[in-house]
Amino acid sequence: MQGFPILSVMLAVPAIAAIACLFLSANGARMLALAATLIDFALGIVLWTQFDVGGAQWQFVEHAPGIFGPFGWSLGIDGFALLLIMLSVFLMPICIGASWRAIDKRVPEYMGLFLFTEVLMIGTFAAQDLFLFYVFFEAGLIPMYLIIGIWGGANRIYASYKFFLYTLLGSLLMFVAMLYMARTAGTTSIPALLAYDFPASVQTWLWIAFFASFAVKMPMWPVHTWLPDAHVQAPTAGSVILAGVLLKLGGYGFLRFLLPMFPEASGQLTWLIFALSAVAVIYASLVALVQSDMKKLIAYSSVAHMAIVTIGLYAFNQQGIEGAMIMMLSHGLVSGALFLCVGVIYDRLHTREIARYGGLSINMPKYAVLFLFFTMASIGLPGTSGFVAEFLSLMGTYQVSTWTALLCTTGIILGAAYMLYLYRRVAYGEIKSDEVAAMPDLTSRELWLLAPIAAVTLWMGVYPESFLAPMRKDVTVLLQRIDRANPGSDSRPTAGNPALATTHAPEHQAAHGEAH
Amino acid sequence: MSYSLNLLMVLPELVLTLGAIALMLVAAWGGTNATRGISIAAVFVLAGAMVALAGPSTTGGLAFGGLYRADAFAGFAKVLIYLATAVAIIMAPRFFARSPGEGLRPEYPILMLLSSVGMGMMVSAGDLLTLYVGLELQSLSAYVLASFMRRDGRSAEAGLKYFVLGALASGILLYGISLVYGFSGSTDFAQIALAYGRDAAAGTRSLGLMFGLVFVFAGLAFKMSAVPFHMWTPDVYEGAPTPVTAFFASAPKVAAMALAVRVAVEAMGSAAQQWQQIVTFAALASIILGAVAAIGQTNIKRLLAYSSINNVGFALIGLAAGTAQGVAAVLTYLTIYVIMTLGAFLIVIRMRDEDGNPLESIASLSGLSRTRPALAWAMAFFMFSVAGIPPLLGFYAKFAVFNAAVAAGLFPLAVIGVVASVIGAYYYLRIIKTMFFDEPAGAWANGDVQPVENGLIALSALLVSPVGYLAIPLLGAWSLAAARALF
Repeated sequence: MQGFPILSVMLAVPAIAAIACLFLSANGARMLALAATLIDFALGIVLWTQFDVGGAQWQFVEHAPGIFGPFGWSLGIDGFALLLIMLSVFLMPICIGASWRAIDKRVPEYMGLFLFTEVLMIGTFAAQDLFLFYVFFEAGLIPMYLIIGIWGGANRIYASYKFFLYTLLGSLLMFVAMLYMARTAGTTSIPALLAYDFPASVQTWLWIAFFASFAVKMPMWPVHTWLPDAHVQAPTAGSVILAGVLLKLGGYGFLRFLLPMFPEASGQLTWLIFALSAVAVIYASLVALVQSDMKKLIAYSSVAHMAIVTIGLYAFNQQGIEGAMIMMLSHGLVSGALFLCVGVIYDRLHTREIARYGGLSINMPKYAVLFLFFTMASIGLPGTSGFVAEFLSLMGTYQVSTWTALLCTTGIILGAAYMLYLYRRVAYGEIKSDEVAAMPDLTSRELWLLAPIAAVTLWMGVYPESFLAPMRKDVTVLLQRIDRANPGSDSRPTAGNPALATTHAPEHQAAHGEAH
Repeated sequence: MSYSLNLLMVLPELVLTLGAIALMLVAAWGGTNATRGISIAAVFVLAGAMVALAGPSTTGGLAFGGLYRADAFAGFAKVLIYLATAVAIIMAPRFFARSPGEGLRPEYPILMLLSSVGMGMMVSAGDLLTLYVGLELQSLSAYVLASFMRRDGRSAEAGLKYFVLGALASGILLYGISLVYGFSGSTDFAQIALAYGRDAAAGTRSLGLMFGLVFVFAGLAFKMSAVPFHMWTPDVYEGAPTPVTAFFASAPKVAAMALAVRVAVEAMGSAAQQWQQIVTFAALASIILGAVAAIGQTNIKRLLAYSSINNVGFALIGLAAGTAQGVAAVLTYLTIYVIMTLGAFLIVIRMRDEDGNPLESIASLSGLSRTRPALAWAMAFFMFSVAGIPPLLGFYAKFAVFNAAVAAGLFPLAVIGVVASVIGAYYYLRIIKTMFFDEPAGAWANGDVQPVENGLIALSALLVSPVGYLAIPLLGAWSLAAARALF
């Protein structure tokens, strides 16, 4: 299996289908897009089953240097990339399904652009060449710009520009840093760069340049403002892919570049990450609390959740990094599903105003159940993936910075507040208008979109080992690499007073004995 | 060195000159009826000149006692120049046939040929006098071409403006040349390089040589329309007939840029520290002004004029690096820029309302993705590519110049240039937004099937698409070989 270029095939299938879509009718394009994404999902499952857990760090390696000049065609995945690729190929058929009826104009172009996005996402996670990574990473702007701009809401043009220019500015600084790195290290291979030690003084500059890119993509406070705009204006499937996968590119960047390539700088600047993340969690949650637009509310909750990812990553320990990774997967599923839930009722009433809804549990019981489930997963109820994610990240963080953990934990409480408040307003209470009363429950198509996500969310919550196992070894490798720069904990537990303990011990024992 | 070998080295120019003279005679007797035949013949003459590049004209070295340099660098630039000129000739007949006023006249392809002779001389110049003669031959043809639509006020204005400002620039250049000659004692690049070398070695800064350098660069900056000598560009580009604008935006830019590189490296290489400051300033000023000034434009030709200023700035970053890698990056940048520009102009030339009148406002591109999806996608490719967004080939162009700048340690230049490219991205995005997001404006004229033009658009779109990345190893090796010829 290792000789078969499965990653290239996974890139080629949607790429060819994307071009073919442009020449088909609307229905033909829908069918082809669904078929192509399902084939990729099947290939993804093959990838996962063939992945040797605990084996070589880089698997399914393909290497063809020189055909694109400085952009070497090297692909390969480790556990992190595997899981994120799985997330992408899992969400993609669901996105196509979500657009089945909602998109009725310019369908072939839409499907073509979505398939192109899939190529770029898989390529970004699988690229093992610095510049190949950059090409895939940056190219993602083109399809998202067009998807938001053509099929988006009323204020789509502003949102599309903001999305494009914001992210472009961030990544161009990273581009200059990459040129420098390739020059200094004399290689563009990511595995080789992972082992290269840049001087500490240079690391800080490189770290800042990369941070500029990934912080925008993530998005971290205060450069998150493009996200609510983009989410609100994007079509449902666009939001799903934006929240589900594109934001993960930021987290993946932290994991792949910022931490292992610049460990000293990461150690020195942990305070910055913690401060920004703590602000993000509290600020974004408070902002989410007062939103009247459903999509905006979920967008702000994304900002808060992604901040948990960054603190987990910068905890410099096993729990933190595993928690951050699970958080990315969980958030990809749950917020994707929440956007789908919003899409379901948006398709019926064509408004995202929370105030227009109410009492949906009366006439849409199936919908209400699934929506409640995803609400709970977003809050982090035990048994859902959100709990595992938040628990691990915060536990990891607590070992490093009790204050940050304390501040970020309030995010869970606030998260419960805004999500339950949203659910109460949408699903409970009286049905306010005839329009709402006339809304039919989930169709079987919609059920088929949401049910698989619910199943995986539950699986990840009940038995997270399936998802932790593939990356455990990679986390260990990463920790070995960065441990030398570990900033240490802010808690300074004293060794206790053993002398005192020994003198007290007999007394204690005596007292114990007396009681008997 | 035998005289015949000298002649062999200038074979491309000989082919073009003799071809132009022969066609001029045909035109004198054949009149306007011969236009079509002459245009086709002119393209073949250019093809012949391209074939002639294969021999000693790219490997021979010095010809005519150093006046002319037949090296790989000149060969690279000439290939680009001939190709761009050929495309400008091919796109002309249909444009003029459907424009009000007189149709195309046989002088058009002949002037193009003469202009390419001049450009060939420029990129092969080994002496300030060859440089000046080539530059003037190119410019004089260009002045006439700019005002080729004689009955059109804007075209005449463009020609006049170009001429007056061009004459001023030639004056500045000549003044610089006279200073350099006066203080170095020669017009030969090798001798001038020695004079600058002595000056640098002695540690004295000869004021005359420095002033000469500044004036020469000012004159050259005018020819390549780098800020602050760019003022003529938008007006001339807007007024000139569109095929001529396409020509101005491609071939003469390549020639002027290659000439500047040659003068900077071969004649003034020892004064690199001095011209690097000028080039760095011109590069950043061009990038920023080209980007900012384009934002307010409503005319697509003016917008592309500012875009060309912007692009010259990026190409100059490669020159500022001052290394072989930097020069190779300049050539790479120019190659990709020429493809994108010609592709964009081939689409601009299609913009006509239902009565066949040329449209030039950006608004008339509205909804093009609905009415003409193939054209809209091709244009989107060109625009994303000029903006430097991967996976289009324009990204590789930017990659090459910034890589050279970083390799030369010019971090502030690289960072400012990269950040300013975001401003540029804004207005390229605006064109895409107009084509894809806006509702269709009035329909365009359907027009006849244009297989050659369609083929050229498709070919250039394919080249800037990710498929073009396959050409990178070849382009990289070839441009580096060309650049090495200078060092």
